Amino acid sequence: MSELPRDGLVAVVKRDCPTCVLTAPVLGELARRAGITVYTQDDPSFPDTVPGPVDDLGLDISHRLAIEIVPTLIRLDAGHEVDRTYGWDRAEWERVAGIAGLGIDLPRSRPGCGAKNVEPGIIERLKIRFNETGLVSRRIAIGNDEDEYEAMYARGWSDGLPLVPPTEERVLRMLDGTSRDPREVLGLVPPDLAPATVEKIAINAVMAGCKPEQLPVVLAAVEAVLEESFAMHGVLATTMFVGPVVVVNGPIRRQIGMNAKGNALGQGNRANGAIGRALQLVIRNIGGGRPQEVDRATLGNPGKWTYCFAEDEEGSSWEPLSVERGIAPGKSAVTVFAGFGLQGVVDRKSRTPESLARSFAESLKTLFNVKSAPPCDAMLVVCPEHHRTFREAGWTKARLYEELYKLCEIPGEELVAGAKGIAEGGSASRIGTMVNKFRPGGLMIVRAGGDAGMFSGIIGGWSSSGPRGSVPITKEVKR
Amino acid sequence: MTVLLDPTSERSPTSRPRLPRPEGLDGLTIGILDIAKSRGDVFLRRLGERLGERGIAVRHYAKPTNTRPAPLPLAQRIATEVDLVIEGLSD
Repeated sequence: MSELPRDGLVAVVKRDCPTCVLTAPVLGELARRAGITVYTQDDPSFPDTVPGPVDDLGLDISHRLAIEIVPTLIRLDAGHEVDRTYGWDRAEWERVAGIAGLGIDLPRSRPGCGAKNVEPGIIERLKIRFNETGLVSRRIAIGNDEDEYEAMYARGWSDGLPLVPPTEERVLRMLDGTSRDPREVLGLVPPDLAPATVEKIAINAVMAGCKPEQLPVVLAAVEAVLEESFAMHGVLATTMFVGPVVVVNGPIRRQIGMNAKGNALGQGNRANGAIGRALQLVIRNIGGGRPQEVDRATLGNPGKWTYCFAEDEEGSSWEPLSVERGIAPGKSAVTVFAGFGLQGVVDRKSRTPESLARSFAESLKTLFNVKSAPPCDAMLVVCPEHHRTFREAGWTKARLYEELYKLCEIPGEELVAGAKGIAEGGSASRIGTMVNKFRPGGLMIVRAGGDAGMFSGIIGGWSSSGPRGSVPITKEVKR
Repeated sequence: MTVLLDPTSERSPTSRPRLPRPEGLDGLTIGILDIAKSRGDVFLRRLGERLGERGIAVRHYAKPTNTRPAPLPLAQRIATEVDLVIEGLSD
């Protein structure tokens, strides 16, 4: 424990800094001629040119003096700082010390080194020690004899898998990933309608395993699901399978190492996994939405752990989903969709777009039940080998939408209750009409997957798709 | 002890364990914080004298007003200079 003098000269140095070593004789000169208190950041015996350098290995004094560069020379008067200089510059040191002719054997100037107290990992610890984090969330102390991982389970924070403990250091580092104010509220999270502050989202992102540079995508996804027209309360509370599916477009995909290639919808990529998981933890922890409580899902789906992937834009002849939905090319964005599961579309023989589109349409028509139209919105994930067939034939994405919509027209006779020997179905009034499997705009097409394999996929939606329930939302990612 | 930040909307109570107490006062520096309640200074000065008589290092601090939390620079100074703090909470 040490205290600052009220008056006179103070210097902060470290032995590891060549400029500090260079100025050691000058500090000795100042000690003899004016008196000086020298605080040392790394070696209590340095510099040996002054009597009793003060140990600041804990960096308390350095932090309180807001030292960024060593050596720093400061003049105090009645407890207040009145002058300071850093690095070695003879004229500056002479001015601050009020003494001429310092260090005449030394070069005129030499830049200093970064101070230890501002090194990453240390600055966060000092901000916590000195109550400067600005974080307002409740602190929860875990006892020494308590396993912190078990303590997090016991408090109900987990989705079932272990969580990264959200310490103040980790949350501070997470918040470095965004320039947004930690107190900014992005919306009210159902079912409790609790405010989603950037800080609370960052805590959940830490627990989910995100890296700071992934936080902006999590924030955009949270903003998107909290749009009223996404109907997050209903998506959570429904007995159906759905949860938010997150598709990421734009340069941030590659900057944060997302997977749009092989196994894009599977395991093994940290960004894909952690971003989707963070969104679910936000719903669980901030919103209070938990299975068998307000989440009434009958079966749910494995995507409710995490369901996030990037579109494979490179090498595509189609515009990215985000651009199709109004975001400028070159901007990063997320699109959220209330979806579930993955139904494979295996077609190894079609070599014309017409044949492949019919394959897609016939598979799409089985969604929910062949007797159901329209059942829900759907996302079609087209693999590169299938996309190639459309590209080589010059089919735009708009053309494929148009053809699929036409191919999904179904005679009403096939859809009425009892038809095909299935009790499920609509009323007899459908007889003599054509009914489309999808509402206009109810299909989304993205491109993802490995280069080999003629295997595309269909992500089904919610029975309450569309304006009366949930519509997909696209949001630009803000840093 | 690990301190975690609460990821929830904080609608349920939590308990906050106290810091472990020191086994003795030998070798420690004690801060005495006068929060500016009336005659607190008299009581705390005498307490400081009694601790001093036992050879314990004591530093005195005062808040400018009892109506607000201690200013951050004062709190930081105390955290840097002493091992534990005694403060009077009422007059």
